[in-house]
Amino acid sequence: MLASLTRLQRYYLYYTGIFFGFIFFLAVLERAGMPPRWVGYAFLVFTVSMYALIGVFSRTTDVSEYYVAGRRVPAFFNGMATGADWMSAASFMGLAGTLYLQGFQGLAYVIGWTGGFVLVALLLAPYLRRFGQYTIPDFLCARYGGNAIRLIAVFAAILASFVYVVAQIYGVGVITSRFVSLQFEVGVFVGLAGILVCSFLGGMRAVTWTQVAQYLILIVAYITPVAILSWNVTGVPVPQAVYGKVLAEVTELEKKLFNSPEEIAVRALYADRADLYAQKIMQLPHSLIQERERLSIEINALKASDAQMRDIVALERQRRELPPDPAQAREQWEKDMYLALDRSKPPTPHAEPFPGETAAERNAQRINFLALIFCLTVGTAALPHVLMRYYTTPTVAQARQSVFWSLLFITALYVTAPAYAVFAKFEVLSHLAGIPIAKLPGWVAAWSKVGLVSIEDINFDGILQFAELSLNPDVIVLATPEIAGMPYVVSGLVAAGGLAAALSTADGLLLTITSALSHDVYYRVFRPQSSTQFRLVIAKSLLLLVAVLAATVAAQKPGTILSMVAWAFSIAGAALFPALVLGIFWARATRAGAIAGMVVGLLLTLYYILRLEFGGYSWLGFADGTLDPWFHLKSTSAGVFGIVAGFVTNVVVSLLTRQSPQTAEFLACIREPGEGR
Amino acid sequence: MKAVSAYWCRTRRLTAWLLLIWALLTFVVIWFARELNEYQFFGFPFGFYFAAQGILLCYLGIIVYYSQRMSALDAEYEIREE
Repeated sequence: MLASLTRLQRYYLYYTGIFFGFIFFLAVLERAGMPPRWVGYAFLVFTVSMYALIGVFSRTTDVSEYYVAGRRVPAFFNGMATGADWMSAASFMGLAGTLYLQGFQGLAYVIGWTGGFVLVALLLAPYLRRFGQYTIPDFLCARYGGNAIRLIAVFAAILASFVYVVAQIYGVGVITSRFVSLQFEVGVFVGLAGILVCSFLGGMRAVTWTQVAQYLILIVAYITPVAILSWNVTGVPVPQAVYGKVLAEVTELEKKLFNSPEEIAVRALYADRADLYAQKIMQLPHSLIQERERLSIEINALKASDAQMRDIVALERQRRELPPDPAQAREQWEKDMYLALDRSKPPTPHAEPFPGETAAERNAQRINFLALIFCLTVGTAALPHVLMRYYTTPTVAQARQSVFWSLLFITALYVTAPAYAVFAKFEVLSHLAGIPIAKLPGWVAAWSKVGLVSIEDINFDGILQFAELSLNPDVIVLATPEIAGMPYVVSGLVAAGGLAAALSTADGLLLTITSALSHDVYYRVFRPQSSTQFRLVIAKSLLLLVAVLAATVAAQKPGTILSMVAWAFSIAGAALFPALVLGIFWARATRAGAIAGMVVGLLLTLYYILRLEFGGYSWLGFADGTLDPWFHLKSTSAGVFGIVAGFVTNVVVSLLTRQSPQTAEFLACIREPGEGR
Repeated sequence: MKAVSAYWCRTRRLTAWLLLIWALLTFVVIWFARELNEYQFFGFPFGFYFAAQGILLCYLGIIVYYSQRMSALDAEYEIREE
């Protein structure tokens, strides 16, 4: 049977075998008493050196190899590489947690991120492959002509990709600092090294083959813990098939628990707290002074009595941490108020779509859900680092098949994520809620130390109510091995999987940014006469530069950057999608139309995001404060307006301007093989 | 500009049909998720099941069908690339 496989398939079969052998070996060592920390190190060193090995073997000095892997990647492997390229640290760690917290509402991500590949398959991949150049700006430039459109496309591609790559490196820092207890900043630069060994020497060629290797690790790492958990709970190790039964049990538990008198009392306490904050905000700046005075009086009273030093220090810290001025107090207290308000609301049942008290609220939820799906779908279909992968297959037919393999490999993870969420919720509802706080399982304490789990006994009854527990989304996947009581080797495996997801995506993005700068800006615009050799030197140095820059930004721990990733989809979708699709399917689209459409789409999206999220900052020129959302849409769905505006502008301006004569020839090449070439 | 060829015409028609199916599944069926949850499917409420798994399988189906039809079309028009 082995002989019927291709050389590549055999290599990756051996590789998978070695990986399983390695896990088994570590499991045995752990049994024999190897400390958990060493298990973590072993995973880190083993996987990164595997990637480095592949990276070094795939080194290249050929431009076509560096940018598009020589267009020799078979559909199946390109699908796997796209899967790893696509699934980021957020998909791996965050998605299951989002589904845990939001229930049905979180499924918008699952649907949007997979639906995008339908658009890629039908509208883009085959045509990009038939065109056969190196980048997305290349395509737009060839279709519409002129360097202006190339530069706009480069700007949009870099804008969408850079934030994204920073978030990946941040993810690497989080994983390494948690599992091998490196310092966060050190972890970030370890991640940087991991990224560079894959991409620096071999460009797309090396990235492709390491991404295949990374996909195998990440999918094994993702499915293993939840399969074991499913085996424990239901006796069937296929969580995707059996979690319906568990979901039914969760629904039963929810019905019983959410209306219990204790839960209702706790929620009322949170509502009181929110009211208190609201009052304090209303009475600013007076309330801030009062708060400080109150603490001072208490401290003095304590000091006068013979109270514990520890209590005095705690109160002094409270006073010190009071916001220094009314503006910051307002910001801080508003945040606290919304947190309390969130917890005071009755939780929504996991399986209920579009929850709301009134029909109008439910409709707003429904519209937001569909709008988010639309944005994520179109954004997925326009992200340059995904589209670039379809330049690397040998033929157009293989590009079409490759989209199928991509979606199949991606679906394997996305079908599992909702199961993760349901199993985790089952564990929490059946084994945590209603348990005395002193008797909680060990993992709760372990993860509260890192700040990912927090419990607050607001009603002082010594028992944990569901509303008193808050979980960070990342913790669901990271802590599942401990929740199910598995050995540390499984936790190490999960860390290696998260690392693989973050590194593979970072590599793809880095290559996109590099090729946009070195190929599109340097070679095409500034120095068309430069030699092949020199172009590669430029590409490699830019890669290094961008990588170091991204790692430096990530080392600053920018908290907001994680929420900014969701905007990348809107930005890419609004700027690139209309121009690409109309360029292929509508002969009448003109250069002026495309440029106008891209600019309008991009600006409108950016305006909506900035206006909604940073409306209070007058230096941005929004003196009149935050905008009221249009049609109740959140900023993550800003692309809805941008994409529609982009299409409309493109069509209107195109009809008003004249077509360039070379369009017909270009379209003949793109739409049909064998003509014009 | 020369007339649109039969190959491109058929490609376009296939694309349009499949896009329509994609849009119906995504935006019309999901719109009624609340109502669909009344029905059971292998122990799942159907609306939830469709959004979490069913629609992904449909997406895969669309892509497979497209890929096969296009290969058949290539063969019919005797198109071979590179």
